[in-house]
Formats: sequence, C-alpha cells, structure tokens
Amino acid sequence: MIEINNIAKSFGDKDVLMGISCKLRQGETNLIIGGSGTGKSVLLKCIIGLVRPDAGEVLYNGRSFYGSDKEAQQAIRREMGVLFQGGALFDSQTVHQNVQFPLDMLTSQSAEEKRERVEFCLQRVGLEGTGKLMPSEISGGMKKRVAIARAIVMNPKYLFCDEPNSGLDPLTGVKIDELIREITDEYQITTLVITHDMNSVMEIGDNVIFLQKGKKLWEGDKDSIMHSDVTELNEFVFSNKLLRDMRE
Amino acid sequence: MAIIGKYFIFLGALFTRREKMKVYWRRFMEECVGIGTSSVLIVAIVSTFIGAVSCIQTAYNLVSPIIPTSTVSLVVRDMVILELAPTITCIVLAGKVGSNIAGELGTMRITEQVDALEVMGINSASYLVLPKVLAAMITFPMLVIMAAFLGILGGYIAGTLTGVISPRDYVYGIRDGFVPFNVFFMCVKPVVFGFLIATISAYQGYFTKGGALEVGQSSTQAVTSSCIAILVADYVLAQLFL
Repeated sequence: MIEINNIAKSFGDKDVLMGISCKLRQGETNLIIGGSGTGKSVLLKCIIGLVRPDAGEVLYNGRSFYGSDKEAQQAIRREMGVLFQGGALFDSQTVHQNVQFPLDMLTSQSAEEKRERVEFCLQRVGLEGTGKLMPSEISGGMKKRVAIARAIVMNPKYLFCDEPNSGLDPLTGVKIDELIREITDEYQITTLVITHDMNSVMEIGDNVIFLQKGKKLWEGDKDSIMHSDVTELNEFVFSNKLLRDMRE
Repeated sequence: MAIIGKYFIFLGALFTRREKMKVYWRRFMEECVGIGTSSVLIVAIVSTFIGAVSCIQTAYNLVSPIIPTSTVSLVVRDMVILELAPTITCIVLAGKVGSNIAGELGTMRITEQVDALEVMGINSASYLVLPKVLAAMITFPMLVIMAAFLGILGGYIAGTLTGVISPRDYVYGIRDGFVPFNVFFMCVKPVVFGFLIATISAYQGYFTKGGALEVGQSSTQAVTSSCIAILVADYVLAQLFL
C-alpha cells in the first residue's frame, strides 16, 4: 500500500498541489483523474520521487520515501515500475534490450535467465517475436506495451502509469487498460494510473481520486462516480456525451 | 554564478552513485566510436587543408631572400603543433560532438528517458555523461595527433606541388629546432578541451526543459559555450606551460 500524506508543491508563486492525501491499496487499480493542468502528473512525480514535494510524505508499505536516505530510496525505487506517457523507450536500443535494461543494470542474473525473463514479459504483453525491432519501427500502442513489459520485468510491487492510453485509438486504449488490470490482479501490485480518460475510469477504476486545481475534491469507486454531488466532478465526468446519455 | 555552481554540482553527480564498471566499459566503447571514430573524416579534411593553407600563406609572406625556404615548413610545423591541430580541431569537434551530446541528452530529457533511468534507481547523470566525458578525453588527443600529422602532410603536399618549397627543404624545416615538449603540450590541450566540451554540452542537454525548440537552443548554447571555454582554456594553458 502507498500512503500519500499532505503533499504540497509550488513552482514559484503557483501552488500546484495543496495538501493531497490518499491511500493507494494493494491489488487495486487506483486512478487519479482531472482536467489538464490540475497537478496529476506533478503528483505522480512527487510520489515516485522525481519531484521533491515542499511538504508532506509518501509511505511505501510504511517506509517513508522522503524520510529515507539515498540507499533506502534506491531500494524503494527498485520496487517500482513506471510507464511514462510517451513510453520513454531508449531510442538506441532494440525492444529486447529496452526490456532487459533494468535486469542488466540492477541484477546479476545470467544471460540465459535474463533472456527468458524478457521473452516472458514480452509474451505477457502480447509482443512475442518483436524483440529485434527498434522503438522507431513499432506503433504507439506497441511502444506502450514494451514500456509495460519493461516496467514489470523486475517484478515490481508498485506500478505507475502516466496517461497510458493517451494518443492511442479507443480499441488499443482499452487493451492497454485491460493489460494493466490483468497485471495488477495477477501480481497483486499497487497500481496508480494518471488519466483524464473516462473510458479508463469505467474500465479499471477500483479507486478513483479526482483532482481540481491542485486539491483532492473527491474519492470513490467507478460506480459511485456517476452519483456524485460534487459539481466539478460532474462537469468533468459528464463532459463525455456517452456518459451524459447514460445518466439521462 | 548560479549556473557555474549548478555546473560543478552536476560534475560532482557524475562521480557519485556510480554503476557497475562493466556497464561503463560497454558505454565507454560505444561513445569512443560515436565521438572518436565518426569524427575522423571531418578532422582529416579540416587539418589537411589547414596545413596546406598555412604553408602557402607562410610562403607568400616570407619574401626576403635572406630567410631560408625551410623556414616555411618550420613555421607550419609550429603553428600546426602548438595551435592549429589542438585548438582548431577541438573547435570543430565542439560543433560536431558538442551539439550531438546536447541534442541527444536534451531529447532524452524531454522524452522522459532520463526520468525512466532515475526511477529505476540509476544515476542518470553518471550513466549517460561519464562515458561521454571519458571517451572525449581519450579520443580527442588521438584525433589531434592525427590532425597534426595530416596538417604537416597537407603543408608538404601543397608546398611541393605548387613549387613554393622543395621536398628536401620542407623535411629539413620540420626537423630544424624541433622541441619535443611542444608535442606533449599539444596532447595536453585536447584532454582539457575534451573534458570541457563533453561536460558543458552534457550540462546544457541534461537540463533542457520544454520541447524540440529548447533542444535546438541547448545544442546551440552547448557549441557557443564550449568554443568560449576552449579559447579561455587555451590561453590559460599557454600561460601555464609556455
């Protein structure tokens, strides 16, 4: 479980996050939703340690990330898998090398063990046989899958996804959502997905947190989101015509 | 001052939390190819022509009958060894290698590849930049030695083909009053210049913020800053060693 306590972050005189607290439970897909510029990605970066918050703390199974020394932070980081918005694959490496990269850097496994693990992960995301391709030779959806394979190759306890289906067609987006859901259930990891896609919310939202102007306005599951009395949330959710029709 | 402070903190980060040596060795060899081998052609062309032009222009200026013809090659030798081979070659390399380093790291930064390394618990500065710095410090002197040889050879070819100096006089001139220390000095310069080019360009690229426009600006800034740093360091080294 990840506990986020009173996270605050400002850039200059602009307050981006104002005292955000929530709990991300193990084995569940936790979603942070909100419009553009509400601080979702900054919150994610604070959680994974890429941006240091001005106040507050993040606890990974009771271990404070920002209260730990560098080595303890490294240990926590090695339990994370992160899927970045654009995939963040290394351009100069093949698909296989990208997935194998964390194993090369962080383990002392034999070449055979690493090869087997990479092939397993690529198979798990439905990309068997693509190992020799370069990132420039594969589609956006495949890049996301490779990034998921790289994120899970170290058997992470925590999986973070920043807008995993942005820039993808709806069908591919749903497949990526399903994959995230399956991996979360299969490995019982704590998953956090940043999104503004209501399809994802309805597909995989076990626990949904709504941010507006740097504040948490609402938290609940995907079923209760349709019956909220928070005006800002309703505006966000029912900006989608399909959901508006469903409500009516 | 803040930028200089940030630059030195960045340099410090290269040597802390280092990864396994095996990783650096592989990356170092890749960078030696990327920085060194791929620069051979441009360095060869530039240095050969610089040597040739130096020979012709020196001969054009030495019109007095009391100055022996071999002085032309003596001047070419000292110009090439002391200044043209190390400094001009490194300014050319600042344009080629410096912009490449800044562009590569800047692109990695804006496409979150640097963040991806950080969240894996890898010191991205050390992993990405240290092999480039070491490769530049090792390959630049090799390129400069090659440039010096080709510069003097270029002078020989141009001088003898145009008839401004005989082959015998040219060879006599480049041997006359030769100071071996100058070759040592020539080899020290590119080590310093390589360090400056690689670290300044990496610094510019590593801290790129924004998008494609900013990557381009980082590359330009990397080349400009590297060239200035080379010229300042050139003067300081000349004061220290000569």
